[in-house]
Amino acid sequence: MRKEKRSSLFAETMSRIWSNPGAKVGIIILVIIVSACIFAPFIASYGLNEMDLKNMFKGPSAKHIMGTDGMGRDLFSRLLYGGRYSLALGICAAVVGSVIGIIIGSVAGYLGGQAETIIMRFMDIWSSLPSMLLCILISAVLGAGFFNTVLALSIGNVPIGVRLIRGQILSERSKEYLEAAESINCSKISIMFRHLLPNVISPVIVDATMGIGMTITMAAALSYIGLGVQPPTPEWGAMLADARTHILNYPYLIMFPGLFIALTVLAINLIGDGLRDAMDPKLRK
Amino acid sequence: MGRYILKRLLWMMVIVFGTALVIFTILYFTPGDPAVVIAGGNAKAEDVANLRHLLGLDKSYFGQLREFMYNTFIKFDLGTSWVYDKPVLHELVIRLPRTLIIGLSAMALNLTLGLLMGIFAATHEGKWYDSLTMGIAMIFISCPDFWVALIMILLFSSQLGWLPSYGIGGPQYYIMPIICSALGGIAVNARQTRASILGVFREDYITTARAKGQKEGRVIYGHMLPNALMPIITSIGNGFARVVAGSAVIESVFSIPGVGLYLLTAINSRDYPVVRACVLFFAVFTALSMLLVDLVYAFVDPRIKAQYSNARRRMK
Repeated sequence: MRKEKRSSLFAETMSRIWSNPGAKVGIIILVIIVSACIFAPFIASYGLNEMDLKNMFKGPSAKHIMGTDGMGRDLFSRLLYGGRYSLALGICAAVVGSVIGIIIGSVAGYLGGQAETIIMRFMDIWSSLPSMLLCILISAVLGAGFFNTVLALSIGNVPIGVRLIRGQILSERSKEYLEAAESINCSKISIMFRHLLPNVISPVIVDATMGIGMTITMAAALSYIGLGVQPPTPEWGAMLADARTHILNYPYLIMFPGLFIALTVLAINLIGDGLRDAMDPKLRK
Repeated sequence: MGRYILKRLLWMMVIVFGTALVIFTILYFTPGDPAVVIAGGNAKAEDVANLRHLLGLDKSYFGQLREFMYNTFIKFDLGTSWVYDKPVLHELVIRLPRTLIIGLSAMALNLTLGLLMGIFAATHEGKWYDSLTMGIAMIFISCPDFWVALIMILLFSSQLGWLPSYGIGGPQYYIMPIICSALGGIAVNARQTRASILGVFREDYITTARAKGQKEGRVIYGHMLPNALMPIITSIGNGFARVVAGSAVIESVFSIPGVGLYLLTAINSRDYPVVRACVLFFAVFTALSMLLVDLVYAFVDPRIKAQYSNARRRMK
């Protein structure tokens, strides 16, 4: 019975998202990009690092639809493979950051008192630097590479999640169902994560969705300034960094990776917007 | 009100102090020896050891920390750059105006254009130009700013030859960096303005204003906006800090020797005094802009003002 009700709520949210034209466009774009990246070996007509030194810097043509780079590698194929890195970076960092944020924020919000004060003061120091700056610093310290970049990006995301979930819990703390749970002697952990969390999670989900888009942009910026994922890994930002020296002669090398980033982030943001509207109880009919 | 400001200032000092501690610790435990990097690839072991002694790197963690904290917060001496052997504070002061020009102008652009777009979209809700404006804002948010910067260089510098693509000089050098830094914020502000105006749209006092036959312009600018603008004031501080921090990337694209580029170069060359000074600068800057916004907020919002005067009355 309970299960059925839950899935219907999920289905209801889904159908509400689907009826939002913007979100529908976003889902379609994202599905195309994601599946193209996953099935890159079947779609790309050239290998990831397949060099063809006779065909360097060839503009878009029938043979190479987005042209070739300075080593004669097919740009379109590399963009598809590179999307795996960019998307994985964005999703991993947003999820890890949000999960850590949810845990810390729930503890702070539910326990209250001294623990809350200490955690929130600590968060103040944590976010005394804007997240982009924090990411730059941490990835400089950890060194380049995929996992270090994920770590750097998620650390920047944590305080946002903490603040958000704590704010939600504060407004929920005096509700009767919590009193009920406490009176039947539920453990604090169980109250926090089984009773409280499901009621406050939706804004965090929306925020994390939007966060994926922002994180992809930040990851690309990090790679661009040489701190994130390094060439020859075909991460989109790293490809932009790679192409920067040829910007004046071969502008298509700049255009296409950027377009891929922009389209992906646009799709994710559209979905995030749709999700927010769908989950907003005020807008529910 | 005075007590509030004092409390906030004290707390700000704690934050800056904490940030200094954290950044020092992070850099101290960063793998790799800065002396080796600074001495160069083929330096002798003896030279490296000398350099370590000269930079004070051979002292213990607490010894170095005490020295750094003492110099920074008691003597207000940010140290000398390890690589260029120049006082950091001096360099910082030279570079600061360039970063601030970009940050402040981008912020001004953010607010004016963002507000106008938001008001326009909200007052024409549901019409096609509402969707168009919000669509444009969505595209602004989604495009990475450094990529827009590259495209603008291609278009305005290389194709049209209107604007210089890098370096500093006259005002024309700042046009593209400012626009690139502002785009994301314009979109954020436009969306926020629209959302909060629509939020107050159906409030009772708006219905009252309409019912008494108030002109539509008065309703929007006199009744709706002051209430709808509250959340936007909150986001200004955050936005400003973000623009200034994002300057690192934009400054590196346009090769503008501001604080952001100074930090990036110092990170790459392991010039720790410079890194620490720049980070502290950004921390102080962020904290100050947040504080200013909170003060403005308390000043504008009668509810918060009342809260503080009540608290004072209770104190007495």
